[in-house]
Parts: sequence; C-alpha cells; structure tokens
Amino acid sequence: MSLTTADPGGTPPILSRSNLSYHLYRLVNQPEKILGLLCLALLSFLVLVPLFEIIHDALVYQSYDLAYRPEAKVGSFTLFHLERVFTGPLSRALFLKPLFNSVAVGACVTVLAVSVGTGLAWLMVRTDIGFKGVFGALAVVPYMMPSWVLALAWLSLFKNDRIGGNEGMITSFFGVQPPDWVSYGFFPIVICLALHYYAYGYLLMSGALATVDSELEEAGAISGMNRRQRLWRITFPLLLPALGSAVVLTFIRILGTFGTPALLGLPVRFFTFSTQIYASLNARNSGDAFVLALVLIVMAITFIWINSRVIGVRRSFVTLTGKGFRQREIKLGAWRWPATIAVAIFLGVTVVLPMLILLWESLVITPGEYTLKGLTAHFWIGESDIDIANGEPGIWHSPGILNALWNTIKLGVLAALFNGLLGLLVGYAAVRGRGTLLARWLEGVAFAPYIFPSIALGAIYIGMFSAPWGPIPALYGTFTILVLITVVKNLPFTSRTGIAAILQIDKSLEETARVQGIGWFRRMAKIIVPMASSGVIAGMLLTFITATRELSLIILLLSPANMVLTGVIFSYNEHDMTQHSGAVTLFLVMIIVGANVLVRLVTGGGGLAGLRHT
Amino acid sequence: MEEIHLTGIRKSYGKEVAVRHLDLTVEPGTFLTILGPSGCGKTTTLRVIAGLEEPETGEIRFGDRLIFSRQKGVIVPPENRNLGLIFQSYALWPHMTVERNITLGLKQMGLSARETEERLEAALEKVQMKPYQLRYPSELSGGQQQRVALARMIASRSSILLMDEPLSNLDAKLRTEMRGELKRLHRDLEATTVYVTHDQIEALTLSDMVVVMDKGLVKQQGTPYEIYHHPANLFVADFIGDPGINRLTGAIGQKNGTVGLDCGDLWLPIPGDPPPGAKDLVATIRPERINVSTEAREDWLKVTLESIQPKGADTILQVRTEHDSITLLQPGFIRMDLGDPLWIDFEAESLNFFDAESEDNLFDRRAPV
Repeated sequence: MSLTTADPGGTPPILSRSNLSYHLYRLVNQPEKILGLLCLALLSFLVLVPLFEIIHDALVYQSYDLAYRPEAKVGSFTLFHLERVFTGPLSRALFLKPLFNSVAVGACVTVLAVSVGTGLAWLMVRTDIGFKGVFGALAVVPYMMPSWVLALAWLSLFKNDRIGGNEGMITSFFGVQPPDWVSYGFFPIVICLALHYYAYGYLLMSGALATVDSELEEAGAISGMNRRQRLWRITFPLLLPALGSAVVLTFIRILGTFGTPALLGLPVRFFTFSTQIYASLNARNSGDAFVLALVLIVMAITFIWINSRVIGVRRSFVTLTGKGFRQREIKLGAWRWPATIAVAIFLGVTVVLPMLILLWESLVITPGEYTLKGLTAHFWIGESDIDIANGEPGIWHSPGILNALWNTIKLGVLAALFNGLLGLLVGYAAVRGRGTLLARWLEGVAFAPYIFPSIALGAIYIGMFSAPWGPIPALYGTFTILVLITVVKNLPFTSRTGIAAILQIDKSLEETARVQGIGWFRRMAKIIVPMASSGVIAGMLLTFITATRELSLIILLLSPANMVLTGVIFSYNEHDMTQHSGAVTLFLVMIIVGANVLVRLVTGGGGLAGLRHT
Repeated sequence: MEEIHLTGIRKSYGKEVAVRHLDLTVEPGTFLTILGPSGCGKTTTLRVIAGLEEPETGEIRFGDRLIFSRQKGVIVPPENRNLGLIFQSYALWPHMTVERNITLGLKQMGLSARETEERLEAALEKVQMKPYQLRYPSELSGGQQQRVALARMIASRSSILLMDEPLSNLDAKLRTEMRGELKRLHRDLEATTVYVTHDQIEALTLSDMVVVMDKGLVKQQGTPYEIYHHPANLFVADFIGDPGINRLTGAIGQKNGTVGLDCGDLWLPIPGDPPPGAKDLVATIRPERINVSTEAREDWLKVTLESIQPKGADTILQVRTEHDSITLLQPGFIRMDLGDPLWIDFEAESLNFFDAESEDNLFDRRAPV
C-alpha cells in the first residue's frame, strides 16, 4: 500500500521535519511536561532567584553603605558586609551574640518541647489516661495559634517596671516586681516557645507511636527481652525518624521565629538572629541582614543534613501518617489519676490560661489595674474616647484594625486559593511525570522554602522586591508581596497535599477520558479537579489558618498600607496598648478557631492530621 | 470494521525495552488476543495502539488511516483515534453516576441529546444494567462495574475496541460468565478487538486469533487451535495448557531402520527428517493426549502412580517412568491408589518436536489451520 514507508522500523534524521513534529507532539501531548516546566519556571523565580539575589546583594556595595565607605562604588563587588558581620568590631553584637542566643534558645526549646511533646504523646497514645478526647483536641491548639500568644500573656502576667509603662498582674496583685530574668530575655523566651512548640513534637510522635504495632513489642517480650530492653531495642529505633523530624522541625521553626523573641527580648536588648535581622533592616543596614539571613539558611540546611545523615532516613521529617493498629493500652494503675490531673493542669496553663489572661487584659479599663470592678467592653466595641487609650477606638470602630482584618482575611483567602491551585498543578505535574528529571526538580524546588527560616525568607523577599525587577515593579509595602511570600512559604505543604491528592487518581481514569476524545482542559475540569478537591480544599483551609496567624514571615514586609492583624497586635504591644493587643489577639484566635471548625467539617474530623505536614 | 496494522514497532522506557520489534495485523472484525506473562510487552502494545504511548519506531494504520509514523512524523492523538478502551481497573469515574460515566464521552463527540440518550439506553440494555443508571460506581458490585465499563466502551460505537485484562479483577465464576458475555458482544458489535490477557483460558475461549508474546517479541501468532496443538516453540508449548505440557528430552537415534528420539525407556518415532546437525530434541505432549490403562498392554510403557488430583469433571494423574515424571489428564472423577502400576501410550500425532538448543518446533512451524 502506498501508505507504507520503505523502512518503517527506522527513525528519520534528527533535524528533519517529521522528527521535529514527532518530538513537538510528544511535548504538547504530555500536558504534565508543559505544566511542570511552567511551574518549575514560576517556582524558580519565586524561590531560587530571590535567594541568588540576596547572595548578590550581600556581596556588592549598596547605596546605604556610602555612609561608612564614601569612596565605594555602588554595585561593585565587596566583602564589606561579610567583614562587618564576621570580623569587624561590630561582629560581637551583630553576629556572635545573636548566634549564641539563637542556638541556646533553639537547643533549650527543642529539648524541652520535644521531651514534653513525646511524653504527652506517649501518655495519650499508649496509656489509659482519662479524657483523651478533650486532651487530644486541646493539645494541638498551640499548633493553630500564633506562637507569640503565650509571650503576650507572659507579659501581662510578669511585666515589671524595667521599661516603664503599666505593669503586669503579678505586680498588681502582690506589689512585687518580678526580676528582669523572669520578665524578659532568655528564660521567658525559652518557656513560652517550648510551651508552644511542644505541639509539633506531640503531633509527630503521637503519629509515630500509633504506627508502632504492639505486636512488635510483644514479639520482643516472647524472645525474652525485659521491658527496658524492649523500649530501647524495639520501640525507640522505630520512633527515631519521627524524633529526628520533631527535633529538626522544632529547631528550624525556632531559628526563624520572630514574635516571641521580639516581644520578650527586644526590651532588654536580647537579640536572636531573627530580631537582629529585623533590627538591622530597621537601621537601614540591609547588607548585614542579608548576611545574617544567609547564615540562618546555612544553619537550617546543615541541621537537616546532619539529621538525615545520622538517622539515615531521607526526608524523614516529611510524613509519618499511619494506619491505626490494634494497640494494647498500658494500664497506669494508681498513677492514672495523678497523670490525668497533671496533663489537665499542663494543658490548662498552656492553652486555656493565656486566653483568659488576654481576655481579662482586653477588658480592664486602665492598663495595669486588674480588678473585677473596672471591666469594660470599650476595647471591643467602644467608640473613640479621648480619655481612654489616647482616643484609640475599640476593635469595631477602629478603621485601622478593620482594615487590617480585611487584609488578613484577604491574605488568607488569596494565599489559600493560589496555594490550592499551585499545589494541584505541581501535584499533577509531579505525579504524572514521576521518574522524570523534571518532576524531581519540581518537587525539589517546591520543597525548598521548607529550609528557609521564616524571617530569612522575609529578608530574601525584601532584597528581591524592594526595587523593580525586570518587568515587575517594586513590591515592598504592597499587599501583593504578602500574598507571594505566604504562598511560597506554604508551598512545601500544599504541593504535598496536591501530590497526595493526585496520587489517589489512577492514571487510567484520565486515559479513559482521553481515548473518548476528551481534551486536557476538560479532563482537568471534569475529572481531576472534582476528584482531588476534597484533599486540596482541606489543604487550602489549613493554608488560610497559617496565613492569618503569620508574623515572622511578613514582619519585615509590613507597612501601613498592607497591615494585617498580627502586625497590628505587634505594634499595639510596642506602644504598650495592652488592652488592644489582647483584644485583637483574641479576635484573631476566634477567626482561626472558626476556620479550623470549617476544616473539621470539610475533612470529617481529620483536619489536624493534615497539619502534621506543615 | 477496520484493520489494525502495526509495523516495526519498538518501545522502551529508559533502558527497559518493553516491545523490541512488533509487526502485527489484526484483520477487520476479528477478536485478537495478546497473551503473555507479565512484562512481556502486551499492555505496552495495547497502549501504543491506543496512542497512550508513542513508540520509538514504526508505523500504525487503522484501515487506510495513517495513525502513527515515526518516519513521517505523523501522530494522531488518542483523542482523535476513535477507539473504545477498557481497563483492568474499569476506570469508572467515581464522582459520576453510571449515566454520566457513559454520556461524558458522547457529549464530547457532539451528539444531540436524543442520540446520546439513545446510545446510553442501547448500551445499558446490552449489558443489562438499565436499572442502575443513576447509581454511583461505589454502589455497584465488581461485576456490575465491569458491565458499566463495557457499556461506556460500547456506547462510543467505535470500530476498534481495546481491552486490557478486563476480567482479571472478577472472581472465577463471574469471569466465566463475563467471558460468554464478551464473546456475544463481539459477535453483535463486529468491531475489531484487541484483547490483552495473561490468562490462557480467556485467550483460547474468546479469540479468533492469538498472539503470544514474551520479552517484547511475538513468539507465535495463530488461531487458538494452532497455538494449542502446534506451538511454534517451547515457550508457547510451556505457556499454554493447564496442567502444563509434558516435556521429554532425548537424543536422535536409529531403531529398526527408523529415526526417532531416544528418551531412555521411551522411543518416540520422529515424523520426518530431522534437520542436519540436530542432536538433542525435546518432545512435548499434552496430558490429555496420553492414553492410560490399568492393565498391561503390549508396547505401552509401564509407570507408577505418584499423585492423583480429581478436579470433578476430570482428574490429573502424576506418574513416574524411570527417568521422568509425566502428567496425565483423564476424564471423570478417578479413584486409584498411589503406587499402582499403570500403562501409558502417547498419541503419536499429538507429539511435537523441538530443537533443544533453538527451542523451535522442528516440523510444525507452519502448520495448516
């Protein structure tokens, strides 16, 4: 037949039209490839380019350096910033002390938080302790809250006269000034962070404990091991990856956290890396801030690397979801009620008490006078009154707060939408392209923001977007940059959600549609999106929550024009308007709790399990 | 009815070669089965025909339509190949009702509402799933899901149907029932059908033509009868048949002026001249082609009964000669004591002879249909 080619087995010359059209077809008809390339390009621009940009900025003279080096040429290569930070006379204040403080705080908090979290997880998963349902719900509350809520409550309790202004409840009740080391600095920072971040260790370890089959331990018992040997030889090694994850996760979070060290450290000039970056940027020494941010990133990467080498499980910090097996509960016997009461007290102090303190704080008419008589709802619903708080109106009448509320919700919704979309597309490209180099790169880049401590990512974004970049105008101070950075920071989590969602959709479901003549866009609309939606929507709601409570990530990028609630709280606190900061904080907590209820409704109660990935 | 014509197809995934070289013609309206062990390239072949994979070389034609040509750079995407396809997993869309599962593709074809409705009715009628039109797939049993998937394929009224192990998720009884159903459907639809399976019973019962593949190559193409009785090589001989075929190894020798195969206590005459240079041969015979007697007979071989497995309608007997173990299949539910002596006799015309080295059938390579 005329159609038959002389040698159908061969391939045409590389540059021939037929060969090119073959490869063009293969590209065009593998939408996951095009999508993967687009996503990779976008993510590289949002993640990698900013990183190179601050490396570059840290290594050339900036215009503000002229104050120190009038002879310098802006834009020319220099080690000036490195010298200032690492070897110059300021190095001790700029680098060594914050380094020491960050590492000391990080290590203490990590040890405390992971031990507390692990102990709690063990009690909740493996023993017959009482009120498991209530405790389980309460134990993860810190996870949803802003990490500095405890710090605010701490200030309300223990503030002394050191920095002037009103004093805390302790002084008000007992007339004694708490010593400085209790009110500010290292000690309260460690306590507040540990009492917040234990939730990470708790979630990871309870997940891991739930997957350790009691039968493995029973098998150990049968082969003659005693209780202790079973714990050390069987249970502990199985928990090791989760423990490593908990340690890494907590430590990196602590490195990048800003709120608590700022609230409790700045008044006594106790600097960590994150607050030093903030201070340097405020002092217009961006070069120093960039160098410090880079150091932070290097520290985080080193830490992840050590963890993966020591524990030998790659990406062990990512997932630990497990099916529940039949597990034997350990009977606590006489210890059951003491243990239950201890947990109740612990959760009461870490979760309930701070809220109550802030509530009371928001209701007293005169700051520092904690009586039950002078309670007022002025800071919630009052209109401007020149006699109270310099005329600052309550939440409902303050245009500043309402605007910030609107911005917060907008930020949450937009971040959730973009993250959902991007997560789905990245998931699609990564899953359908599994095994290809492109898919691996895409997953890698989408995961990269994980290793950037929040404050460092913020610094990176300042470096990148404070001036026009190509066709993109300067974004500093705009709302857009908040959305961008929030989307990027949540990407590791949402792309995982997307990948998980797409993995559940067998390729054949799409191929069947394809063979029936249904094109890619329609397949996405009719098959992929509807089927992936439940997982992705849960992920989006969680993104909403993280976006609304975020401070460390965006503190460097906030301005009056794009102010959000967390920034408002921070600034009220800076101005010693504690009733306002308490009221707005509680208001924010209500929004978050509301969103979480929504998550639970959507996912049928499994909402918080998904949080483990963040 | 359309012919499917594949020439010089090669497909690999990285270093893994799935299909080494494939020439295949499926005559219009035939039911062709590609049979082989897992990893033989059968599913890849089907996916290449469907357009879900692009081969590295070769050409595909449906009738006069050139569907794929590596040389000419022609590729018709699967969306435009107008095929019916059914997967092992059924691939029903779980978030759509049975009705929507079937009509989604029809709407895409731009059919009118009436035509769509008509086809939906007809397709559901054919698979007897009319009452389940508004159910979701999760509310159906495995067999019913299978029928819906069939209905979806039928509704497209494609002249070419592709099926990838559609029965292997069903239990044994349902599988037998659906086999009959598929055969009936094929007769009704008269579509050119390519069916992929690892199950030889499906291949033998359903097909007009069987292609046996192994390691990316076609080992034999023929009617079920040919494949079963005249395997082209030892691979096909071994792969087809349950219980498996008997293999007897021996050297060519002469006895009473005739050429034959000397298998120790057994002498098998060879029906023709062995090729020059051939030394060791393998003779095969199907278990049911061996006659058995409980009494001594002249020229029959005496064996001892080693195991006996009555299956109901027939019985598998395992017997021992001095050198070999031989499997027999006898009709009926046989009861016998182990260790009893038996006498067996091979039906000479049912023997196939293979070169021990090349494993090719020496005399039957182009056996008549």
